[in-house]
Amino acid sequence: MDSSLFYGISTIAYIIAMVAYIAYLAFKKTSIGTAATALTTSGFVCHTVAFLLRWKEFDDIMQMGLLRAIPLTNLYESLVFFVWCIILVYLIIEFKYKNKSFGAFVTPIAGMALAFIDISGVSKDIHPLIPALQSNWLLAHVTLSFIAYATFAISFATALMYLILTTDNKKSGSYIFWTITAGLFGVILIAMALDFLVLKIILGGKESLIKNYLFKTTFRNPSGLVAALSYVISMILIFGVWRYGHLLKRLIESFSISENILDELTYKNIAIGFPVFTLGGLIFGAIWADQAWGRYWSWDPKETWSLITWFVYAFYIHARFLRGWRGKKIAIVAVIGFFSTIFTYLGVNLLLSGLHAYGGM
Amino acid sequence: MSKDKKTDKVSLIDQIWNFFSSVKLAVIVFALISVTSIIGTIIEQQADPQKNIMILKKFFGESAAPYIYNILDSLGFTDMYHSWWFVALLFIFAANLVICSVERLPRILKTVKEPPSALASELFNSMPIREEAVFDDNVVKVKEQTLSALKKNGFKTTVFEGEGNTQIFAEKGRYSRLGVYITHLSLLAILVGAVVGIYFGFNGYLNLLEGEQSSVAYSRNENEIPLGFEIRCDDFDVSFYEKSDTPKSFLSILTIIENGKEVLTKTIGVNEPLRYKGITFYQSSYGFSPSMSSLFKFKITLKNGKTEDVAIRFGEAFIIPDTSIKGTVSDFSPALAIDKRGRLFTYTDSMNNPAVFVEFTEHGKAVYNQWILKRYPETWSIPAGTVEFKDLWGAQYTGLQVRKDPGVWLVYLGCLLMSIGLYIAFFMSHSRIWINLTHNKGKTTLSLAATTNKYKTALQRKIDKIIRRN
Repeated sequence: MDSSLFYGISTIAYIIAMVAYIAYLAFKKTSIGTAATALTTSGFVCHTVAFLLRWKEFDDIMQMGLLRAIPLTNLYESLVFFVWCIILVYLIIEFKYKNKSFGAFVTPIAGMALAFIDISGVSKDIHPLIPALQSNWLLAHVTLSFIAYATFAISFATALMYLILTTDNKKSGSYIFWTITAGLFGVILIAMALDFLVLKIILGGKESLIKNYLFKTTFRNPSGLVAALSYVISMILIFGVWRYGHLLKRLIESFSISENILDELTYKNIAIGFPVFTLGGLIFGAIWADQAWGRYWSWDPKETWSLITWFVYAFYIHARFLRGWRGKKIAIVAVIGFFSTIFTYLGVNLLLSGLHAYGGM
Repeated sequence: MSKDKKTDKVSLIDQIWNFFSSVKLAVIVFALISVTSIIGTIIEQQADPQKNIMILKKFFGESAAPYIYNILDSLGFTDMYHSWWFVALLFIFAANLVICSVERLPRILKTVKEPPSALASELFNSMPIREEAVFDDNVVKVKEQTLSALKKNGFKTTVFEGEGNTQIFAEKGRYSRLGVYITHLSLLAILVGAVVGIYFGFNGYLNLLEGEQSSVAYSRNENEIPLGFEIRCDDFDVSFYEKSDTPKSFLSILTIIENGKEVLTKTIGVNEPLRYKGITFYQSSYGFSPSMSSLFKFKITLKNGKTEDVAIRFGEAFIIPDTSIKGTVSDFSPALAIDKRGRLFTYTDSMNNPAVFVEFTEHGKAVYNQWILKRYPETWSIPAGTVEFKDLWGAQYTGLQVRKDPGVWLVYLGCLLMSIGLYIAFFMSHSRIWINLTHNKGKTTLSLAATTNKYKTALQRKIDKIIRRN
């Protein structure tokens, strides 16, 4: 049996779960809610099975001991594991808070992310481990880092929802902040979808989408006119989000999630993510670097960006406890924290060079 | 006059103190370190100027890039993390951390040292958690039950007996308030450890050809750093995953020689360094630099099972035991490959697929010749048995990173303290509960007030459980 079959099943399960969550929010029937949870859980189980199968496939090739063969050594594997962590954190939240409204947001993100990873042309091959990665620290360092990333991702979603729910005045800073954030998110997704359409369907290209073709249809189009037009359209789209943001607010209001729960969830996720990130990402990373590279800290871009991310979340915690920041101000910090997180995870590998080059394509 | 001077002086120290203890400074330093670090990740550090000018061209265009590079270079951005101003920022950060912690410490210590005290009934309503319950039992019985339930949940209890009123004070996690300070202290330990490492340690490199030895390492500026002993590379070997050029391991066999005596031999690899007398040797790179004195090593196995190891230089000959057949190495390739038209070529200049061309002669007459490849046993067979090409020894050098860091234990201690501190700060809380028990017409009224610095709902749940137990 092949791990990709199970990844496929879990992708479909998450997408059907999304439909079920939305139906549950619309009709408020307990049976639909239970079905949604059951779908997400079974998707998660398949996802776990797929991960374990790949682990075994990897171990069969490597023959270096099970602990060292964790399949987390390239971008494809890490993205898949990132989604797994998000679903895990979500299921824990759903269980603890007995609130399913949030599922309508998380499951489509998970399903879409898995589908995107599948079609984006990120290499799925199993590559044998280079000597630097042959260490027991791989397991501890990488898994804990991704669990932290996942909690930060959820805190980003809750903080953004908080901002959408609590801002009315279109001229206020926090309204402009969230509309630009959400607008940019949408623009990037649309641009990537266009790349996919043009490259894979119209041109029938086989090359890697992210590596060779990202934004070539739009912002990086060889024709200057199309590129300029893309920027203009993006501006218009972001402006549109700003103009019609209240519709999004009404949508989230219909999910009946209270602001206080969102604020608490944002904090709780960071309160778990921050110590886990410090231990797994920074401390275990430093110990491993000390062993493998002979330096516990070398100002490598990944390290530096981890430190910046750590600063932002340290600021979040100090602002909350020392200054008593609550509400919109603190939610904005949480959103900025995730920007830094996503750059630490993806931006560093896609745009910068350095010692952590394994995460690339 | 002198009096005025004195007050001036005090106020100056006060000003400095206030400057360093302000949260505003912390925010500014956080922001400055972050923003400059971002620039440092975009501009490649300690890199070839041309590389960075290429990067700058993308942002500022052809003509402006060299100027901007010069400006950035003179400001230290090309080796930013070692520049005086970045180090100064880190020190200001440390000073700020210390002074902010010292400022808040007395208040926290007071809370930690404070003896248990009763809470006046009129203050009960000002507490964030309030509960009321009535029991059929008498006060003494309710008191005993409540006390045992509290103790079971890990609370320390004190009982205050008043007129017609019994108050129980229960407390848990008092010392968890120090978690923040442990975390801050750990950051300081790490910074001090880093400084100790920079001033009392060194970071160098050493390239050793197989068979070579050295008593010094080299700094980045090529200065010699004495080691206090000698180190020799006995062998270096790269192994590859089957049929690929993906390296599986880089291994160096190193021997330490002290006062002319061999004291230690160890095989090191990536992730497995050698430590001796405070100096650590890391496998960091390798290279290929053959010479006429490099040795071709073969293992000959005859049909009858007899084996013999031989080592010869280029152009020299070895004899197959029990025969008069001589083998001469007449060609070598560090990485032999075959192209589409069947021609042989060398595809890279490191020993990815070493191969030797051996000509076999008997009484001066050529009998056969063939390429023998180290990684392919099927090329080893000859009519008399097998000739395994084991290594071209003395042709590869191992690139070692050599480090002495007397501050590293402080950094590790800091990491440990930080783990403990963060655990206490995030997962433990300080909770206090006051319970008044009053007798009322044969029944006992329980009135409860509680406060915690974290996780109010968790405490609420625990209190519910404690009261229901009664």
